[in-house]
Amino acid sequence: MPAIDVLKARQTQVFKKGQGEFEMDCNRKSLSGAVSQRACVFCGSRVVLYPVADAVHLVHGPIGCAAYTWDIRGSLSSGPELHRLSFSTDLREQDIIHGAEKKMEKSVRDLVAKYQPAAVFVYATCIVGIIGDDVDAVCKKLHRELELPVIPVHSEGFKGTKRDGYRAACDALFKLIGTAEPEKPEPISINIMGEFNLAGEAWIIKNYYEKMGIKVVSVFTGDGRVAEIKQAHRAALNVVQCSGSMLGLAQMMKEKYGTPFIRVSFFGIEDTSNALYDVASFFKKDEIYKRTQELVKSEVAEIYPLLKEYRKKLKGKRAAVYVGGAFKAFSLILALRSIGIDVVLAGSQTGTKEDYEILKDMCDDGTILVDDSNPIELSRFALETRADIFIGGVKERPMAMKLGIGFCDHNHERKIALAGFEGMMNFAKEVHDTICSPVWNYYRKKAWYE
Amino acid sequence: MSKAVTQNSCSYCTPLGASLAFKGIENAITMLHGSQGCATYMRRFLISHFREPIDIASSSFTEETAIFGGGANLHLGLDNLISQYHPELIAVASTCLSETIGDDMNLHIKDYVARKKGESIPFIVPVSTPSYQGSHIEGFYLAVVALVQAFAKGESNPSGPVNVFPGMVSCEDLRYLKEVLKEFDLSYVMVPDYSETLEGGNWEEHHPIPPGGTPIQVLKHTGTARASIEFGQVISDKQSAAKYLAQKHGVTSARIPLPIGIRCTDIFYQTLEEISGKSIPFSLRKNRGRLVDAYGDAHKYVFGKRAVVYGEDDFVLSIASFLLEIGMQLSVCGGSGKGEGFEEKMMQLVNDNHAEVPIIYEGSDFKEIEMAAMEKGADVFIGNSKGYSISRSFDIPLVRVGFPIHDRIGGQRILHLGYKGTLNLLDLITNELIRTKQSLSSVGYSYI
Repeated sequence: MPAIDVLKARQTQVFKKGQGEFEMDCNRKSLSGAVSQRACVFCGSRVVLYPVADAVHLVHGPIGCAAYTWDIRGSLSSGPELHRLSFSTDLREQDIIHGAEKKMEKSVRDLVAKYQPAAVFVYATCIVGIIGDDVDAVCKKLHRELELPVIPVHSEGFKGTKRDGYRAACDALFKLIGTAEPEKPEPISINIMGEFNLAGEAWIIKNYYEKMGIKVVSVFTGDGRVAEIKQAHRAALNVVQCSGSMLGLAQMMKEKYGTPFIRVSFFGIEDTSNALYDVASFFKKDEIYKRTQELVKSEVAEIYPLLKEYRKKLKGKRAAVYVGGAFKAFSLILALRSIGIDVVLAGSQTGTKEDYEILKDMCDDGTILVDDSNPIELSRFALETRADIFIGGVKERPMAMKLGIGFCDHNHERKIALAGFEGMMNFAKEVHDTICSPVWNYYRKKAWYE
Repeated sequence: MSKAVTQNSCSYCTPLGASLAFKGIENAITMLHGSQGCATYMRRFLISHFREPIDIASSSFTEETAIFGGGANLHLGLDNLISQYHPELIAVASTCLSETIGDDMNLHIKDYVARKKGESIPFIVPVSTPSYQGSHIEGFYLAVVALVQAFAKGESNPSGPVNVFPGMVSCEDLRYLKEVLKEFDLSYVMVPDYSETLEGGNWEEHHPIPPGGTPIQVLKHTGTARASIEFGQVISDKQSAAKYLAQKHGVTSARIPLPIGIRCTDIFYQTLEEISGKSIPFSLRKNRGRLVDAYGDAHKYVFGKRAVVYGEDDFVLSIASFLLEIGMQLSVCGGSGKGEGFEEKMMQLVNDNHAEVPIIYEGSDFKEIEMAAMEKGADVFIGNSKGYSISRSFDIPLVRVGFPIHDRIGGQRILHLGYKGTLNLLDLITNELIRTKQSLSSVGYSYI
């Protein structure tokens, strides 16, 4: 097998902590031919808006973009499930030649008549701008005539990275915010941002805050409803998780409505506790603080003995972490440490310079840090660092498992809640069950017939 | 205007099929000429079915690329793929973006090859697969045609191998076809053959390109083959590798149905008999006997049961033909192809069998299928896992076959072809109907 080298143009996106100068050259477009694990602008927009369950999500473009994102996330809804359907204008050659504004308009009208959604998001994909469709104008006209928000999402795949897709989604949400007023504004209230209710995680988190005596106005966008999003400007505080996707919206809300925000993570005991305490401190009310203490104490007391058992069994095991946003990587490192596991490889698809500085400080010497990596690098480093488990998304799964490295899905397709205290238990169990499975014993030994 | 909006599409985009087909060539890697997302989405989609590492590169268009053309990106991508993967073949498939801006991929590749004159570089095979033309299956066929066009040499020769163009079938199907060809003592060139690359064993070290696939050196023999066998009844001439080889290299072609069910499999084995000059081997005859016997065992459970069948056109046609053999009724037949001829072939099959006319869709989506199933009634859904949401809402069983299967493991190991594959399908379908009957009964029969 030929030696595997990091491509020259990517050498400033791969570091080993403790060796040489560190300056991650991140937030770049993916390198042509490098088999990035990233998707595109459209993907960024689609994942952020996807959980809004009472809106129609119409993908304006050829069939692929809609087909590959049909029911793709494990985002749950307590009511309508329009988000789980895949709508496409399925553009054909004639549409490319003659333009497809009419087809898009008719699609919206048909869908609104059929499903009575609370809003329509129209995603512009790669070729829509190129063929000259004026999506904004058509949406505006439909908005007026149908008397419901028809919002264009400018998510042409090639116009940037996944982060630009997040921004386009935030722009779309921002258009909804402030278009309705609550009957009675609550002074002690928050929006939770960057929480997508995978496997019901938003419900777990919401429940904590409600126990603390804090009203959750809106979750962006887990179990999302258009009516709640419209009133989100009346919340007293934005609590932002998954910094990559929603920080932009929090900043826009701060500018326009003066809503302050804090950054949190709901993953792992430490970060979940901090997320609750930080919000409690913000409201400066003794009874809230007291309730928070009680909540954290009782939750931790419940899971701590079990985690201790896992820690005994997992001590000294090694993990590779490669996730979408860097913030998630921070939490994963802490959570893995809390069950005795060392992180030997850490990276993200969309981290910023500041993110990688934090990541570097968190990691031990010798840990390999990567930005926008690819299968060749990831498998090479996972083997080199002798990782026992790889934590990532579905594209990393077979690559790790082929080599006899266990895998845990921490991406948006997972079906197990990993947020909050109970999520930490689920995570520890999954990591344990994966690493301790006897199947790996058969992997790296030569078979009898070889 | 026909329907404006497609809901829960049965078809996927053209480059997906091309990417799958290129996985069947040894030491090859595919690059999609367009946005990064296309490659990533298709990788994810394929990986969720095959559960194997599948690398597809992208030329990662930016706004500048869309304005000034994709030449520079394509060249850089080729350089990077060569230095990381050391492939023998780089297949480049276009996307809707590169096609819409009118990017001349062939010219870029020609420039690249000229620039690298004197250096040893891999073969580069382009294929035009804009997603607004055709669907995934057309992309698959076009990729096979592109390979044959690029590598076939010489003239047909009676002592040459037989070309086999199996179409989009499972890894297990490909392995089974190879066994059958061996039984007929035939040397063959199978294009594509992803039976190893997409279902291999565990690795001691990372393989940038998984081992397996038809070697490039072997592809040239498609030109000197004694005959071509191509599965598919609705493949247009432009998408037919067999047709191309017949025209350019004089290779006799047998374009026959996908061998599912007794009638279609008989055609296949008779074709092999003619090509090889060897009568159908005893083992295959025994399989046929077993299948006939099993038809008898199953007939009471399946007779008159109404089936909704969907998937690639040729797959639906052969499954439908098999279902009529065992006395089932076709309720809805949804072909995912965006070409022509499916409805006509379907009607011919129905008329030949004096069967009730089902609702037939070309280029169908699952919303249409759902409405039609409601109208015509259904006892079982037969097709890929994407029919699950309807099957669940109707509370009617789904027999998962074909591609993709995203909610079970082992989709790549389902055998559909030949008498043996048909027997497998018969068991799956019959047992699902029995299971339904058993679980609906208040008695709880333990013998059925």
